[in-house]
Amino acid sequence: MKFDERQPGKVRIDDNKIAGLSIDELTISNLQKLISKREISVPELTKDMLDRIEKLDSMLGCYINVIGEQAMERAKEVQEKLDRGEINSPLAGIPMALKDNICTDGIPTTCGSKMLADFVPPYDAHVVKRLYDNGAILLGKVNMDEFAMGSSTETSYYKKTINPWDPERVPGGSSGGSAAAVAAGEAVYSLGSDTGGSIRNPASFCGCVGLKPTYGLVSRYGLIAYASSFDQIGPITRNVTDCALVLNAIAGHDPMDLTSSKKEHPDYTKALVNDVKGLKIGIPREFMDENGNGMEKSVKDAVLNAVRVFLELGAECIEVSIPALEYVVPMYYIIALAEASSNLARYDGIRYGYRTPDYKNLEELCKRSRSEGFGKEVKRRILLGTYVLSSGYYDEYYKKALKSRMVLIQQFKAAFEKCDIIIGPVTPTTAYRIGEKIDDPLKMYMEDVFTAPANIAGLPAMSIPCGVDMKSLPIGLQLIGRPFDESTILRAAYTFETHTVEGWKNG
Amino acid sequence: MVNELYEAVIGLEVHAELATKTKIYCSCTTDFGGLPNTHCCPVCLGMPGTLPVLNRRVVEYAIKAGIATNCTIINFTKQDRKNYFYPDVPKNYQISQYDLPICRNGYIEIEAGGGKKKIRIQRIHIEEDAGKLVHSEDGKYSYIDYNRAGVPLIEIVSEPDISSAEEAKAYLEKLKSILQFIGVSDCKMEEGSLRADVNISVKPKGEAKLGNKTEIKNLNSFRAVYRAINAEIERQIGIIESKGIVIKETRRWDDSKGKSYPMRSKEEVQDYRYFPEPDIPPFTISEELVEEVRSSMPELPDKRKERYISEYGLPAYDAEILTSSRELSDFFEKAARGSNNIKAVSNWIMGDFMRIIKERNIKIDEVPFKPEHISRLVSLVDSGIINGTTAKMVFEVMFDSGKDPEDIVKEKGLEILNDRSELLDVVKRVIAANPASVADYRKGKKKVLGFLVGQAMKETKGQADPRILNELFLQELGENS
Repeated sequence: MKFDERQPGKVRIDDNKIAGLSIDELTISNLQKLISKREISVPELTKDMLDRIEKLDSMLGCYINVIGEQAMERAKEVQEKLDRGEINSPLAGIPMALKDNICTDGIPTTCGSKMLADFVPPYDAHVVKRLYDNGAILLGKVNMDEFAMGSSTETSYYKKTINPWDPERVPGGSSGGSAAAVAAGEAVYSLGSDTGGSIRNPASFCGCVGLKPTYGLVSRYGLIAYASSFDQIGPITRNVTDCALVLNAIAGHDPMDLTSSKKEHPDYTKALVNDVKGLKIGIPREFMDENGNGMEKSVKDAVLNAVRVFLELGAECIEVSIPALEYVVPMYYIIALAEASSNLARYDGIRYGYRTPDYKNLEELCKRSRSEGFGKEVKRRILLGTYVLSSGYYDEYYKKALKSRMVLIQQFKAAFEKCDIIIGPVTPTTAYRIGEKIDDPLKMYMEDVFTAPANIAGLPAMSIPCGVDMKSLPIGLQLIGRPFDESTILRAAYTFETHTVEGWKNG
Repeated sequence: MVNELYEAVIGLEVHAELATKTKIYCSCTTDFGGLPNTHCCPVCLGMPGTLPVLNRRVVEYAIKAGIATNCTIINFTKQDRKNYFYPDVPKNYQISQYDLPICRNGYIEIEAGGGKKKIRIQRIHIEEDAGKLVHSEDGKYSYIDYNRAGVPLIEIVSEPDISSAEEAKAYLEKLKSILQFIGVSDCKMEEGSLRADVNISVKPKGEAKLGNKTEIKNLNSFRAVYRAINAEIERQIGIIESKGIVIKETRRWDDSKGKSYPMRSKEEVQDYRYFPEPDIPPFTISEELVEEVRSSMPELPDKRKERYISEYGLPAYDAEILTSSRELSDFFEKAARGSNNIKAVSNWIMGDFMRIIKERNIKIDEVPFKPEHISRLVSLVDSGIINGTTAKMVFEVMFDSGKDPEDIVKEKGLEILNDRSELLDVVKRVIAANPASVADYRKGKKKVLGFLVGQAMKETKGQADPRILNELFLQELGENS
């Protein structure tokens, strides 16, 4: 793999194509056509993908664990099923990757932590079952910030993942491995998880499409919990069509998750309509205010340019106001970390996971296992979460945060009476240098300022590419929808993509 | 044992394991026993990524318990996490309820000081049980059995309305009988399915201000509760009398030593950091559900007791004992059905029946004969076919064989002997064989008559009609002549 110096920002991954497709063409829909026309078999495609991982991943660091043999076995099975006509899904035979906090039966699931280095779940997450039922080929488990705590994938215990657009920069996070793998063609699509922006942030840094569904649309069963009220699993894909295809497969009720919605969901491919005429798009004043949220000019310009594109396509753009957005970062960190401090209490070295070699009694066993098994950022978040729930502080922090959460939900509701979708930036900046923010947690936490609102309010939100900055690094546009109205943001995203894709990719 | 100068203020927290088939958040069995860690799954082991799914029955059972203890059933409720590190809690938090328990503001009535006393119930909430630690004999290892982890519990918290060990015992017995009656819990203390913690403080009589309270844990029997309360009252009075201050603390009862010891000091007061359980959304309990549960409930023990008094004409004492457990009460009702001597049926059950099942260590559902056999036995006696002595013997045979008493009497030829001439021969033989006693009798020792009748009964293997024997003796000893 080479990074083309004459054309910075353009990923040049040798010349070898997969199934005759360039990396930009490596989409589910293109591959599905080739598979059904028998121009490539599922084992051939899987082998090509594994070869590419073999060639690139020592440099990129997307994967924590590649399961080559198992992938090849499944590829054969799926091909046989396809041959017998037993499977009919656009995902059949398509190789993909899973963030390593999504449990896979018999396959290690580390959560990016030393704590779970040897953890092999005895069950599949609900989404994994769904994907297997659809004939998906799992290539392996991809890197992430430890316990999904971070915005750069730098807190992973295992490795640094680099941004395929610039080897000195972070891929974003916490689903950095998921986004980088798709951007570099090491997976056709991937699943990530998003608690405060963990799908949208790396999708934006890596120039991918990432969707965090409405809270409750996708089952959380088998997703190792960070903050239960906010966690959602979602797809990271190369384009909007693929996003709809994957969402169709993973959305829907699961009786094993009481927070999963019983609502019937629509066929999301029906939303792939090139038309935004009359669509009312809201832009929150608070998102575009340059003071306080550290937004780079290039990001603001790209968002404003997107507004222009939508206007040209016949949409109506209006300014809305959601004053509570100002308090999003404290709100998010108080609630998320309170839940995290409790969710991560189970890792004590007793039943599974890391156990300190050196202990004399129960207390030492638990204390040392946790001290040695968790990284710095995870410990910081557990401490903060424990603090805000402590007696005497509960009312001041946690209760207040829950109240302001209700205010934010109400203000979003009011805004959605005036508009159909809300757009804005995904991150204040484009991908930054590795090591640039890792020692400044507050700066790192500010990365979530535009993404966390959708988690706090439980709304569906997407990141789609909308341009590049001066350094030719991709910029993401965020589209936020009404609860369970993924269709409308998919329609807007599809329309935008149709009209801009050539433009932005050629800089 | 409360000194006349002091009074005790006692509240009880009772944990009862619910008799649901499956655990509170997964479909593992709640059966007691089983090899360690065989009644477990990823959910009740709290493995990463798993989520709890609340068992609907648990909510229904809690509602039942609430209705039976005159509580208000809340219509909007939620579960909360209680955070603390202990290896028997797989997630290091227990899913419980904090500020919105399913039931509130109830009471039950107990017999106290010859009258009735209301003990108010503050709340009943649902939560999950923990596993069990087993320590190796050499003290080197601890093992954990998670079979009980996730078994549903209700915690019943009383107001501090109890003022003595006797009342506490009466309260527990009443609660146990209610929970068993409505089928919500087996209440087997030996299997740990009913456990109690006691909060207790002592103050000078008439004083309005409460004393410092202590909490006593590890009470594994009603007797332990009784003894622990008396010991604690005495301990606290001792401290107050020697001008000391009772320390607010949790104490652990050691039943073998009959003493309690401090468990943790007040500096180490646990902060459980309760917060709403995000994996279980808050839920409503509809009027319809409460009504549905109410209509499915059996008659409660107090109602039955009243009915036994008014309908069957039984003394309050009998009614109280017969309604002390659902099994006993159901057995009695079947035995009494169709009997025209219900008091005799009650006597049999409270007397020989209870004695024999205790001696033989069997449960009521293991009794080999049918309840209606008791009323048949009563009729055999009442109609003069057998006498009381024979009846006791027949009753033992019923326990051995499970046979109908009528069949036993027929098979063994146990019908009463009431042929006067036959019995006269026996009486004459007894008089001849016991000249000394006869002489005593004639000297005025009338009591000897009983001995002589007894000898005659012996000769007839207990089958003689004792009234006829009496008459014949009096006649032969010349009393009537």
